[in-house]
Amino acid sequence: MGFKKMKKLVILGGGTAGTLMANKFRKALSREKWKITIIDKEKNHYYQPGFLFIPFGIYRKEDVIKPKRAFYPKGVEVLISEIDKVEPDKNRILLINKQIIDYDFLIVATGSEIRPDEVKGMTGKLWRKSIFDFYTLDGAIALRDFFNQWEGGRLVVNIAEMPIKCPVAPLEFLFLADDFFKKRGLRDKVDITFVTPLSGAFTKPVCSEVLGGTLEKKKIKLETEFAIGEVDNKEKKIISWDEREVPFDVLVTVPTNMGSRAIQRSGMGDELNFIPTDKHTLQSKSWENIFVIGDATDIPTSKAGSVAHFEGEIVFQNMMDMIAGRPPSASFDGHANCFIESGSGKGMLVDFNYDTEPLPGKFPIPVIGPFSLLEETVTNHWGKLMFKWLYWNAIIKGREIPFVGAEMSMSGKQIPKDIKNNPNIVNN
Amino acid sequence: MSTATIAQKTIEIDQEGFMKDHTQWNEDIARELAKLEGIDELTDPHWAIIRLMRKEYEEKGDGPSIRRLTKESGVPIKELYQLFPKGPAKKAAKIAGIPKPTGCI
Repeated sequence: MGFKKMKKLVILGGGTAGTLMANKFRKALSREKWKITIIDKEKNHYYQPGFLFIPFGIYRKEDVIKPKRAFYPKGVEVLISEIDKVEPDKNRILLINKQIIDYDFLIVATGSEIRPDEVKGMTGKLWRKSIFDFYTLDGAIALRDFFNQWEGGRLVVNIAEMPIKCPVAPLEFLFLADDFFKKRGLRDKVDITFVTPLSGAFTKPVCSEVLGGTLEKKKIKLETEFAIGEVDNKEKKIISWDEREVPFDVLVTVPTNMGSRAIQRSGMGDELNFIPTDKHTLQSKSWENIFVIGDATDIPTSKAGSVAHFEGEIVFQNMMDMIAGRPPSASFDGHANCFIESGSGKGMLVDFNYDTEPLPGKFPIPVIGPFSLLEETVTNHWGKLMFKWLYWNAIIKGREIPFVGAEMSMSGKQIPKDIKNNPNIVNN
Repeated sequence: MSTATIAQKTIEIDQEGFMKDHTQWNEDIARELAKLEGIDELTDPHWAIIRLMRKEYEEKGDGPSIRRLTKESGVPIKELYQLFPKGPAKKAAKIAGIPKPTGCI
């Protein structure tokens, strides 16, 4: 009957964040005292940063899929099932087969998904014929097939609304498209327009300026503050809520991103099904024995694998504190680190947090690098490709990355003179 | 940090012109800020949205997204764009004297 005393940790979602949590906690918690269960409806793990490369024939399907099981640690119960809902007031989860799973601690890592159905007309008769997404594997493959036979015309890339997973991905897509059509000798026949709800190319001022300049250099048109209201399938145009129109021959949409429908069924989410989360402790704002990690949170930082990795250290420390009867001691700073593929075999790198926007400099070691922040270099491009190796071999296994800590470092960063005194840009 | 004098009152604003301290706000300031945003007259539907923005900010510490705004106010998105052209959540936040909603970043 000793089993009755076993404590239970349940991890909801076996993607990047959930898997790295399972690995960290299985190593730290005694198997006699703690049962760890991970629940996910999918058997496959997708390397989502790789989807971006598929339309351009750089990666194939095989490069981005591996079985999830290969990354779960031994000694963890794995349930492959959709859940009906979480009942956080009862500390339990109902699976769709009515099975009840209870927990002492819950880590929600249910991610986000695209919801093209949120925009009127998006999934109409042109869907996957002239309208594509690259945030799903099927979408990326359909777009590759389309590009392979396309002879040119108006390519429109549109972000439906913020926030989106990996906010730099649409820009990378544009840079790679420019490269792809140049190589095919079609660039003069392809008119590329980036249509965004933001007021510039990116969310943060210095970065937005650099990236905006790159767009201009590559002759990519920019249409800002465009909030899409509708897709006209008949006349092939997108229409904003304030009645501006942009015609297209092919529309690449980054649809509305929303949290899991299971979160909605559980009544735990906001209007986008993201879970209100303390941005420093990463605890649910409503239930202290529930932590939220990765894309599932509503915290104001990027939805990205690097963020999940940094958050992992914080969630780990804070839950261990609570298990030991101490208040949570670790505080997340919003640290994000993203390689941006900029075409022609070059890449950029941005490193930022809640208070400090992406700045130029060297990373991770001051002066030496080897990576350059906010600047196009060949080394950064190799960093991006290396990231895939790091992802499969370190990140989802919950290991640390040399020189790169959960807390963002100011060393190596240069603060441009004209913004040095501006409190909005550097607050620490 | 910069300051601006609006409706004879000195207010603190950020780089993009959002008020730093919503308690410095009053209705005259709102009318002036609206003019700067190209809205010459604030009608009843404008005021309803402005009050909702302030209420949400006071309760949650953040202004609502456009989705939340349409859900809470019952005003369709299209009409919100007619009231506050270009970016209703952003523009209404500015006029309501609250910081830029984080959903707008």
